[in-house]
Amino acid sequence: MKLKFLLPLVLFFVLVGFLLKGLFLDPREVPSPLIGKPAPAFEAPVLGDPSKTFSTADMKGKVWLLNTWASWCVACREEHPLLVEMLAHDIPLYGLAYKDVEQDALDVLDKMGNPYIITANDADGTIGIDYGVYGVPETYVIDKAGIIRYKQIGPITPESLRNIILPLLKELDA
Amino acid sequence: MIVLRHIVIVLTLFVSAFSFTTTSFAQDQVSDSPAVEARLKKLSTELRCLVCQNSTLADSDAPLAQDLRNEIRKLIEGGKTDEEVVAYLVARYGDFVTFRPPVNAATALLWFGPFLMLVIGLITLMIVLKKRAKLIAAEETPT
Amino acid sequence: MMPDIGHYALILALVVAVLQGVLPLAGLPKNNEKLFAFATPMARIQSLLVILSFIILDYAFYANDFTVYYVATTSNSNLPLMFRLAAIWGGHEGSMLFWVAILAVWTLAVTFFAKELPLRFRSSLLAVMGLVSVGFILFILFTSNPFERIFPAPFDGRDLNPLLQDPGMVFHPPLLYMGYVGFSVAFAFAIAALLDGRLDVTWARWTRPWTTAAWVFLTLGIALGSRWAYYELGWGGWWFWDAVENASFMPWLIGTALIHSLAVTEKRNAFKAWTVLLAICAFSLSLLGTFLVRSGVLTSVHAFATDPSRGLFILLFLVIVIGGALILFAMRAPSVGLGEKFDLVSRESLLLTNNVVLFTATGAVLLGTLYPLLIDAMNMGKISVGPPYFDTVFVAIMVPGIFLMGVGPIANWKKASIPDMASKLKWALGVSVISALLVPSMMGRLSPMIFVGLLMAFWVMSSVFTSIKMRLGAIPSGTLKQKLKTFGPAYNGMLLAHFGLAIFIVGVTMVKGYEREHDITMQSGETKVINGYDFKFEGILPIRGPNYVAKQGQFYVSKEGKPVALLTPEKRLYPVQGAVMTEASISINPVRDIYISLGEELEEGGWSIRVYFKPFVQWIWLGCVFMGMGGILTMTDKRYRLKKST
Repeated sequence: MKLKFLLPLVLFFVLVGFLLKGLFLDPREVPSPLIGKPAPAFEAPVLGDPSKTFSTADMKGKVWLLNTWASWCVACREEHPLLVEMLAHDIPLYGLAYKDVEQDALDVLDKMGNPYIITANDADGTIGIDYGVYGVPETYVIDKAGIIRYKQIGPITPESLRNIILPLLKELDA
Repeated sequence: MIVLRHIVIVLTLFVSAFSFTTTSFAQDQVSDSPAVEARLKKLSTELRCLVCQNSTLADSDAPLAQDLRNEIRKLIEGGKTDEEVVAYLVARYGDFVTFRPPVNAATALLWFGPFLMLVIGLITLMIVLKKRAKLIAAEETPT
Repeated sequence: MMPDIGHYALILALVVAVLQGVLPLAGLPKNNEKLFAFATPMARIQSLLVILSFIILDYAFYANDFTVYYVATTSNSNLPLMFRLAAIWGGHEGSMLFWVAILAVWTLAVTFFAKELPLRFRSSLLAVMGLVSVGFILFILFTSNPFERIFPAPFDGRDLNPLLQDPGMVFHPPLLYMGYVGFSVAFAFAIAALLDGRLDVTWARWTRPWTTAAWVFLTLGIALGSRWAYYELGWGGWWFWDAVENASFMPWLIGTALIHSLAVTEKRNAFKAWTVLLAICAFSLSLLGTFLVRSGVLTSVHAFATDPSRGLFILLFLVIVIGGALILFAMRAPSVGLGEKFDLVSRESLLLTNNVVLFTATGAVLLGTLYPLLIDAMNMGKISVGPPYFDTVFVAIMVPGIFLMGVGPIANWKKASIPDMASKLKWALGVSVISALLVPSMMGRLSPMIFVGLLMAFWVMSSVFTSIKMRLGAIPSGTLKQKLKTFGPAYNGMLLAHFGLAIFIVGVTMVKGYEREHDITMQSGETKVINGYDFKFEGILPIRGPNYVAKQGQFYVSKEGKPVALLTPEKRLYPVQGAVMTEASISINPVRDIYISLGEELEEGGWSIRVYFKPFVQWIWLGCVFMGMGGILTMTDKRYRLKKST
């Protein structure tokens, strides 16, 4: 048997290898290029109290989570109870109301509980663009130096909380 | 098969229609300058709409696509070059956002592989044809 | 209880398909004619059972039987009948059954139209098709059963996706599937020939019409899908290099290469291993396309919740079918003979060069389609590969191929002379260069891309005329009519298909080079001048369709006082799914389309609308129709009519 006639078979199996791997990847998840980079600085009015502002500068030296959400987002409602639970465990969760009508967002917090220490209001979505938000909810873990260490795309699940976020927070706090 | 692609599109229309009712401020702020619009058009056909991942930024009605178009308008009006606009988006969303993959070590195979394959293919054909002619000639001579 | 009968028919079809696949192959070693004799009847029974099962499922759509889960998810009692019947291929499960049903149609066609093939060969051929059928029926029964029931049945169905509610939905999938699945026949011929060790001129002659038939269907299916996308999606695009489109385009490209290499094999008994490999590749790419579309590995298909077991199943099936075929190829191909002699400069060589080009072009499309997956699988991030890549790389590779397309038909078989061809094509080159400069000067703008595109188109056209003139000159006597009669359908078909490609290139070049897009806002009663046409917006009419309500814009288009068209773009709301659709309205003529679609109603009154001028866009699909007709013409050639052989 001449080797060159085996070439198609070999190429085919290489292809199958990749396809097999591909079955276990999510093509729609877009990893953030911001990981390992400084979190974009912003200053925004506080949701429900526009006279005050929230600024990333205030967060220097702290480990914190920034959770982007909106009242019109169905998946955000899914993760909401878990967020409320997280607050009870002293996890420093900050919110970013993304492209929302202020009153609608406040209504959700009233009804489902407010898991956020502060929620910044990003009414026109420009902060979202700086953070590369493409579908709420998205959650960023930011370290003491203001570097983004992790981005959760889509709702936080009990698994991702337990296996990724909590260990990371522990490590960053140390 | 194009049919199946439509399903995705309808899902996105669905989602965008939904968000429309809640976020009325998502509207294109069309620039007065046709030059800005023309550049936006050209740029946005090469960029991916991240929400409805299979259409371009130019074709999508999703609110994020409108925001990004408005953002690009601002950048163009602010005097940014096309490369700078793309770099701005890539810095936020990664290479995924552009339909024109960058040329680098990871994409060398993608960009140059086909041309290399063409050259190798043509050379191989040449060699095979010549070898074949020789073999046939060799078969013919003894008889 | 009809749906249960459909389900049982499919199970029975599986059993028969196993017999159809196994018995004839078991007869191969000892040439057992009794076992061979099973092939045809089993193939027919299997096919009829599958078709019965398909008809029963479609009857459930006709009868609005919402106890069938699949019907309940893809149809609705208010859906017009035509779309209800077509809704069967509107979702995953039904379209898989449709796949097998089309395979059954091809199987039946083989049992009726390939009767003259030797028994042994025909039996292995049907056995291979039976085994393919086994795989797909298993897949349907275990992962995608369309006959699954729900209790209690919903009061009404969730409706067919409104984008699919279009006549395009009725015709596009059947044509496309006939093409896709049709390559299974060429594949089965290849495997049967490898098993039999009968890779020869007759094999090539038998395979050609079947390959061409599948290719014609695929050509028309892709063209129709493209035209449908053009008017349905509301932004006037006709090809997006989307993964799903590429999945249908790759088998087409390889199928085209196969048609050309079969010509060499038939004429000179040469390059048989290569031809057989292409036949395997064409069907493999069809199967790969099915995998890509159904498994969710690429961002193109169903956004959520694709069942990973489906992907694994198809992948396993791919490994068995393609892997098996390639192992067989590696075992048998080395022993096929060399064939007859031909010169380095000859039509044979040119056809093979064309093969290298088409094969590489397919490789480029495959690479571009899968590259995001490769990068992701190697943990190197996420990238997108889209139109800018394909437009650059694919076109750059095809240009030399299209240049050779002009040379090929001029070249003599066996031995051609370069100076002779050059003198014949001198004027063709001159005419094409001049025309490619003249047309842009009339349109008012010239760019390198436009020049190259038009040059290629005119080059192919003038070469077609040169071929005809040459051929006529070679016949010593007779009137023109008598001379033309000697041409033969295969030759005419080839010229027509080549001419069609030239028409296609004109369309693509003109649209890419000269299309205009205008985003405007208009108040009711207002008239605006766009691109030399007067658009009068008469206002919006409310419209009630069978299962939707719409707002319909009324635009009177005129030029210099002469009426051109009344365009009525719509914004439709389909209440069942709550989906809003944009329905474009197009004024068509041979040299330009005026394409208008409604945007949003503005808060301050009036509407945003989008108007496109698309010069020569219809030539894109006209060219494809010519290609298809050319294919049909070649199939009518006498030499493909089978004579009884042993």
